[in-house]
Amino acid sequence: MVRATINGITVTVPEGTSILDAARKVQIRIPTLCKHPDLPATAACGICIVKIAGSNKMLRSCCTPLEQDMAVTTHDPEIVDIRRSVIELILSRHPNECLTCGRNQNCELQRLAADFGIRAESFASSVPDLPSDSSTGAIVLEPRKCISCGRCIDVCQRMQNVWALSMLERGIDTRMSPAGDIQLAESPCVHCGQCSAHCPVGAIIEHDETGIVWEQLRDKNRYCIVQIAPAVRVALGEAFGFESGALVTGKLYAALRRMGFKAVFDTNFGADVTIVEEATEFVKRFTTAPETLPLITSCCPAWVDFMEKFYPDMVSHFSSCKSPHQIVGVLAKTYFARKRRIDQASMFMVSIMPCTAKKHEVKRSKEMFASGVQDIDVSITTRELARMIKQAGIDFKNLPDEEPDHMLGEYSGAGTIFGVTGGVMEAALRTAYDYITGGKLKNVDFENVRGLSGVKEGTVQVNEHSVKVAVAHGLSNVESVLAEVRQARAEGRETPFHFIEVMACPGGCVGGGGQPYGITDETRRLRGEGLYLDDREKPIRYSHENPSVKALYAEFLKDPGGKQSHKLLHTTYKPIPEYKR
Amino acid sequence: MNRTIVLIKDTAGTGDATREAHAQWVKKLRDAGLDGTVQAVRAADLGIYNAGMAVKILPEGPCYVNVRSEDIDRIIETTLKQGTVIEELTRHTVVEQVRIVLRNCGKVDPENIDDYLGVGGYQGLSRCLFDLTPEQVIEEVKASGLRGRGGAGYPCWLKWSLARKAFGDEKYIVCNADEGDPGAYMDRSVLEGDPYAIIEGMTIIAYAVGAKKGMFYIRAEYPLAIKRIQLAIDKAYGVGLLGEKILGSEFSFDCEIRLGAGAFVCGEETALIASIEGRRGTPRPRPPYPSDYGLWGKPTVINNVETMANVSYLLLNGPGDFARMGTEKSKGTKVFALTGGVRNSGLVEIPMGTTLRSIVEGLGGGSADGKPIKAIQTGGPSGGMIPAEHFDTPVSYEHLQALGSIMGSGGMIALTENDCMVDIAKFYLGFCVDESCGKCSPCRIGGFQMLLLLEKIADGKGSQEDITSIRRLAVAMQKASLCGLGQSAPNPVLSTLQYFMKEIEEHVVEKKCRAGKCTSLLQYVINPQACKRCRLCVVNCPVNAITGDRQVGYTVGQNVCIKCGKCYEVCKFEAVDRR
Repeated sequence: MVRATINGITVTVPEGTSILDAARKVQIRIPTLCKHPDLPATAACGICIVKIAGSNKMLRSCCTPLEQDMAVTTHDPEIVDIRRSVIELILSRHPNECLTCGRNQNCELQRLAADFGIRAESFASSVPDLPSDSSTGAIVLEPRKCISCGRCIDVCQRMQNVWALSMLERGIDTRMSPAGDIQLAESPCVHCGQCSAHCPVGAIIEHDETGIVWEQLRDKNRYCIVQIAPAVRVALGEAFGFESGALVTGKLYAALRRMGFKAVFDTNFGADVTIVEEATEFVKRFTTAPETLPLITSCCPAWVDFMEKFYPDMVSHFSSCKSPHQIVGVLAKTYFARKRRIDQASMFMVSIMPCTAKKHEVKRSKEMFASGVQDIDVSITTRELARMIKQAGIDFKNLPDEEPDHMLGEYSGAGTIFGVTGGVMEAALRTAYDYITGGKLKNVDFENVRGLSGVKEGTVQVNEHSVKVAVAHGLSNVESVLAEVRQARAEGRETPFHFIEVMACPGGCVGGGGQPYGITDETRRLRGEGLYLDDREKPIRYSHENPSVKALYAEFLKDPGGKQSHKLLHTTYKPIPEYKR
Repeated sequence: MNRTIVLIKDTAGTGDATREAHAQWVKKLRDAGLDGTVQAVRAADLGIYNAGMAVKILPEGPCYVNVRSEDIDRIIETTLKQGTVIEELTRHTVVEQVRIVLRNCGKVDPENIDDYLGVGGYQGLSRCLFDLTPEQVIEEVKASGLRGRGGAGYPCWLKWSLARKAFGDEKYIVCNADEGDPGAYMDRSVLEGDPYAIIEGMTIIAYAVGAKKGMFYIRAEYPLAIKRIQLAIDKAYGVGLLGEKILGSEFSFDCEIRLGAGAFVCGEETALIASIEGRRGTPRPRPPYPSDYGLWGKPTVINNVETMANVSYLLLNGPGDFARMGTEKSKGTKVFALTGGVRNSGLVEIPMGTTLRSIVEGLGGGSADGKPIKAIQTGGPSGGMIPAEHFDTPVSYEHLQALGSIMGSGGMIALTENDCMVDIAKFYLGFCVDESCGKCSPCRIGGFQMLLLLEKIADGKGSQEDITSIRRLAVAMQKASLCGLGQSAPNPVLSTLQYFMKEIEEHVVEKKCRAGKCTSLLQYVINPQACKRCRLCVVNCPVNAITGDRQVGYTVGQNVCIKCGKCYEVCKFEAVDRR
């Protein structure tokens, strides 16, 4: 521990703590535009400068560790004046387009400019003339607005190990761009959207598709259906004054009905179906073909994309089961449509996801058209939905709770924890255990796959078998797990893991790239707790015991893993090149 | 061979006359019967400029300049045979240079290791390996007072002992040969002229620090330096001076070259490391310092070329003489690339503590065109302008810093009344703006905005508020930039504000540039009394700005004129006034 003073206040922190973090402990906020709690300090913006007694330099508090007996000054007229100069400099390279920007009222630069009371442009405005890039249909790059803080690049390279984004040029011409100055769609980008979640300004935003949704909702001849992903219900509230992690499921159903959706379904139902299929697949591989293990989860589209680009040798290990929202999509346009005698062609399926990659997934392969038409017409993010609810004039906070629509709406506790890292694994283990042993688990909570550490490993005793599992989230954490698998395979040893869950975003979907801004480990934890609470409070906590799932199999699909299931609920993977140019 | 005649080409001309001259020398030496004892060789560059063909007689003979072919007989007869110096061919300098870093440049064949061994090469290393412990090596360098010659002047011994104490077996030595200051070529000259001295210096540092691997980081624009260093490395391996168990000792050291793509910022330690590692060359925050966490995360010592050349000298000759030279805190010598408005420009090596005046007037021969020298720029783009009233300041790290400049890597430019200080400040700032890596906003945008303001002033559109804004930007850049490039980029501008405010105010208030460099402030006007109506200016004007006829005379249309000065140059009657 080191003991020092900040603005005369004594603070004791563990060795290595930055001055920025230490100051927070004593209620001092040092402004910064580039430092994000998820990322190492890049020291780019130059706003968090502080003075240290005995040095005539000013140091960046984000990357300077507090040392024993240091006397730090974080705010004095000179420091504040320099910070103001730097903010004004950044503003001189940033377009004055706040009112039409995707980050209006939610922008870190705007907030800082407001806090510093900047009322005039001190320096000549010189905004670079750079085109925006919406080639992916999931994420839009607006390099004109970029302040070169470098967060997106650290996210893309270090956190996600994708290396799609980089800095090009130098000096005043420095700009964020896909490496090699190509279009984002031609780059290795997996559309996870973490760059957009970490961008302090509006330089990277989700591809907004709310206009299409409104258009369809206003069309009287359309039968608009909606489904909400697990992680949306614990994050959407943040946009309406709720705490992170507050469960707003009932209000969400109500709001969607008021917006004009004729059927409100829940992706959690699809998650339950996924589990039934995936657990069946796992049990089959585990009991009859152990050489095909590990089984790797495939419900995260960014991870699927990543695997197809960077780990093509793992294709055979991927669960062929589609992701939950695709399952709800195809079942709505087949099972539901037939039963309710609704013309499939008039149906319009919208999925509300915490995720930008889902926008890409809906068209990723021919299997996404299993119903005969595109199963999911549009996928929008939590952020887009929040805007739509506001546009619709709905007082979300005071809405009464409602229930989802029958057939594809009911869900189990296992389905809801899909939205948090370790949740898919836990849900699958509950069902797989039951399938193998034929008897109920005593304790359904698998604590060792929960939590926010990057890689979680565990062993589950199923009868005489030890099932070895690994859970990774944040794509940079995948490498070590798959390296172990590869090495064992190369050496002809038994696989170190039988079942691997991967979520591209740290924390899983609760920390998704399409969630409300301001992601930190604390918000991830709170949102995750919200889902575990939802799980605990559900009377049914096994996917295969969901009565609607049982009805689905009885009436429509017949057997899990059967012919009909394979036609509608399963997909294929193929290696794809990292660069498309 | 007892003596060598080195022929150095005339850098002012485009051709190289040394080829023919060499043939003449060879013939005349043979005619004189001296071909058995005197050899003639051609050299590319010894740092003597604007002095025609130079002829240097080694060892320790005179150096003649402006040598023509008719002088050859005279030199053979008088100097080679009788041993008398021909006064009128000698380049006179009042101040004596002391050559430590450049000790072998021009004397040894840089492609022949035997030449280097012949002048005591590798005896310093041998002494280290067999007579001294690494700690003793560091102690000797500490006693010499050697400070890093890259610019900041960090004490070498301290850097080394930090790296020596740093945890880990794998350590690196990097030779920073990314010389990038405009007009500077000190390091290039040593790399090209005395490569073994640098490799020996690096090996000694490796021994002192406990490193097994060294890297030369050389900019790719230095092809001859790269070639010679590579050749020297290969030959050193060949005779057991690099590689396993050097000279039969227990010490092993490997060395290779990495090329830099010529980004100025890659001279900054952490950016240099990033560049070697194959990443974008941008600085990272320090600490951790490279001595703890450097190349590939291992303890690394980075020293520049000149420092390493000093090290091999020090360990051969001991610290005594070196430590006696210089000021209290700056010891030894410093190489400068002296240029600008002086009569003799070129590389000079002087003991620390020599005054600026004796360098510029004594070695540089004073102003080339008789106009007074009004300032000396030192330290390159991170340095500043030192006005004439401070010319008696001794050259040292601390003295130059006190004047708002820095020692830097050794650029020294004499500025005369022909130079506009706004223009010079603009040039240096423009360099840093171009070379900014773009990572941190104070440097990236601050420099750009400051340059816009300076351009505004040079265009005659500046105001007092702009000067205030420049000062404000300078503070933000100095205090909030991440690395030395951004922190020091305002220095040339600030020292101009400090010492040449009057010239700036002339631009702002009177809209006048006294040196005539800021073209926007110039006016070309035809004086009707002096004009002979010859129409030469009319014909030569590229934009047809000059109108009139033989009866009424000619006038320059100021709205059309692009101030190219062509009319001023071509007029035979001095009838075009430049105001």
